[in-house]
Parts: sequence; C-alpha cells; structure tokens
Amino acid sequence: MCENESDHTNHSHDHSELSPMDLRVRALETVLVEKGYVDPAALDVLIDTYQTKVGPRNGARVVARAWVDPAYRDWLLKDATAAIASLGYSGRQGEQIVALENTPARHHMVVCTLCSCYPWPVLGLPPTWYKSAPYRSRVVREPRRVLEEFGVMLPDSTEVRVWDSTAEVRYLVLPMRPSGADGLTVDELAALVTRDSMIGTGVPLEPPGRAQ
Amino acid sequence: MKSASYVTHADLGGQRGHGRVQPEPEGALFHAPWEPRVLALVLAAGAAGAWNLDMSRSARETLSDYARLSYYEIWFAALSKLLVQHGLVTPQEAASGRAHVSPRRLPRKLMASDVAAAMARGSPTQRSIEQPARFAVGDVVQLFVGEIPHHTRLPRYMRGKVGIVERIHGPHVFADAHALGRGEDPRWLYTVAVRGKDIWPTREDAREAENLTVSIDAWEPYLEPV
Repeated sequence: MCENESDHTNHSHDHSELSPMDLRVRALETVLVEKGYVDPAALDVLIDTYQTKVGPRNGARVVARAWVDPAYRDWLLKDATAAIASLGYSGRQGEQIVALENTPARHHMVVCTLCSCYPWPVLGLPPTWYKSAPYRSRVVREPRRVLEEFGVMLPDSTEVRVWDSTAEVRYLVLPMRPSGADGLTVDELAALVTRDSMIGTGVPLEPPGRAQ
Repeated sequence: MKSASYVTHADLGGQRGHGRVQPEPEGALFHAPWEPRVLALVLAAGAAGAWNLDMSRSARETLSDYARLSYYEIWFAALSKLLVQHGLVTPQEAASGRAHVSPRRLPRKLMASDVAAAMARGSPTQRSIEQPARFAVGDVVQLFVGEIPHHTRLPRYMRGKVGIVERIHGPHVFADAHALGRGEDPRWLYTVAVRGKDIWPTREDAREAENLTVSIDAWEPYLEPV
C-alpha cells in the first residue's frame, strides 16, 4: 500500500496522469462534439444533474413522508409514480415506479439481473455493487447470504421477495420505520433512510440517542 | 446454446462463482475521472435518436469481453460499437480524436438548456393497444422455455418456470421487437411471481429457497396459460 502511494506521488510529477481510458473517452468526446452530435455544455449539465441533484436523498424524502402521512403512504403504495411526482421527482429510468412496503412478514429486495435497471429519479445512479456480477447473480438465489454481507440478518420467518426489474417498471422499497422515531421531523426521519434500505439491502439507521 | 446466433453475456441470475458483494457508501458513484464523462456521452448520444434503449442494452450484453469489463467500460465499448455501426464515427476517428468524415444528420441534439426537461420527462414506454390483456391477476402461467435468438428480457433462470400473475402494468413497448428495430410492438406487461422452491429445487438451495419468492416483469409473448 505504501509503495503504491509513493509510486502514485512520483507519477503525479509526470506530464500526463491520464489513464488509457481517460484518453480514449476524451478522444471519442472530442469527435462527437466536433461532428456536432453532442453539445459539450449538455455533458456538463448531465454530470452535474446526477452528481448533485438526483440521488437517494430524493427517495429518502419520499419514504419519510410516507412514514408520517398515512394518506401519502396509501397513495404511494397504490400509484407510486404520481405520489413521487407530487414531490417533484420524475423522469428517466423512473417513468413508472412501484413502491414495495417492507413488513415484519415480508422483506423486499430489488435487482436487475440482466443489466442495471434502477429508479434514477428517487435513488440516482446505481452503486457499483448493484451493477456487478456478485449481486446480480446471487440475490435471486441466496438473498439471505447477500443480506448478511450487508450486515442485515432477517428472521427465518420473514419471507424474502426479490423483484428482478426486467422491463421498464422501477421498484422502490419502503423500509419499515425504526422504532423510537416518534417526534422526529420529516427531515430528521429522511436522514435515517439509507440508499440501501430503499433497494432492500439495508435497513434504516436508528434514531439519534437510540444508536448503541 | 450452440445453435443460437445471439449470445448474451449479461444474463447473470443464479450463476455461481462471482464472489462476495462489495457494499459501498452512498456518495461513491464514480471511481475514475472518465466514468462521469462516459455516463454523459451515453445519455447525450442516446438522446440523438439514432438507436433506442433496447438496442443499447443489446449492444452491451453482446460484447465478447463483457465479463471482464467494469460497468462504465461496458457502456463505453457499447457506445463506440453503436456509433460505428450507425456510421456516425469511424474507428479511426474514435482512436485519433479527430473527425475525418462529414457528420450524418441525426433526429435530435440534446442541448444543455434542454437537459433538465428531457431527464424529467424520460422516455415512458407505456402505450395503449386495442387488444385486451390475455391474463388476469391470479392466473397461473408458464414462462417460455427455450432459446431466444435475439435480445430478450426473459432471464434464463426463469425460463419454463410456473408462476402467478401478480400485477398488470398495462401495454408497454416490447423490448425484444424494439431491440431488433421492428418498432415498438406494444404488448401487455405483467409481474409474474415464482416460488423460490420452484426456481431452485435442489437440496443445496433448500434453505434459501424455502421462504423466497422471485418475480420478473414479463411481456405477454413470454407467457403461456397453465
């Protein structure tokens, strides 16, 4: 590890730090811009959109709202696309969304075994593990072992329900509200909602004061 | 497998030997400076309208080196392949970073000022068709079993399995036809749920399969009544 770090420091003095992939991507981008196929400013806006605007905090607000507002929860479970759009989140890779409510009897998990389908408007871009072979291959066959790798142990009596997103419907898990969260504001509740809890590979954080 | 002219390397459900999942914290989306550039190029080039999303998926899953590429490497390789296939960029241009051949006219160009609206609108795939749904919630159905010699969204681990129609999502653009350039060909789309024990019947899977249900979203042509 130390050797690698010193190698890296030495390289940083070289005139080029760009990897072969950096160079290849830059070459293709240059050609696409030069030929007028893409607007270079649009590329920057796209990156900014998914780096800073569209991410799992959107979904966390949806979940927190559902935890405090029974009418909103019912709407979310009946027509998630509309309920989520009412909070301002819609569009690409979330044109049609279904919300799945976790209960003590049933734990939902979402995957795309064929590629990387993921509800972008509420969760942003998928994490690397979601797109990787271990998760995609295993979660439909040994979900409990996968959950253990995320530090989640389910009782044997809880049914595991895995949703393989094979078409254009996108799935958002509505995790169970942690106990002891009474009296928290919607924003405080949203802060407990992790990205993984909305994929089904995690559970929400404990409320402050309750964490061990 | 031998007779199929179409080979996908992306159909991973149920495969063994891929190792442990490596969880990551919420903010860690990109792992190299070129990755966000690839994301943006794929979205912007796709928005130009020379191909559709199902053609993109087909281009990715048929990359012969799919299994050893990272996900953004897969996206980049498939983008390069599509650009060349559609005559938009030559391999020489892609390698040199210099345009030599005059550009082709494309249906659209995504401008920076339109990005927010275009992303918020997305590309809905729901359509209306006159034909009524063949199946109802609660119907028992069998998923198609056999080779499919083109892009499909019916994963191999589910083929031939018997399940229950759990939801009806309405008619949607049919991915198989769309990827082949045969137009949208909308078909009814259903969530079909199959018991874990019926998917993984062997002893080694018994403990996990015991209290497990897995569903896929399946277009009507994938389904037969039981």
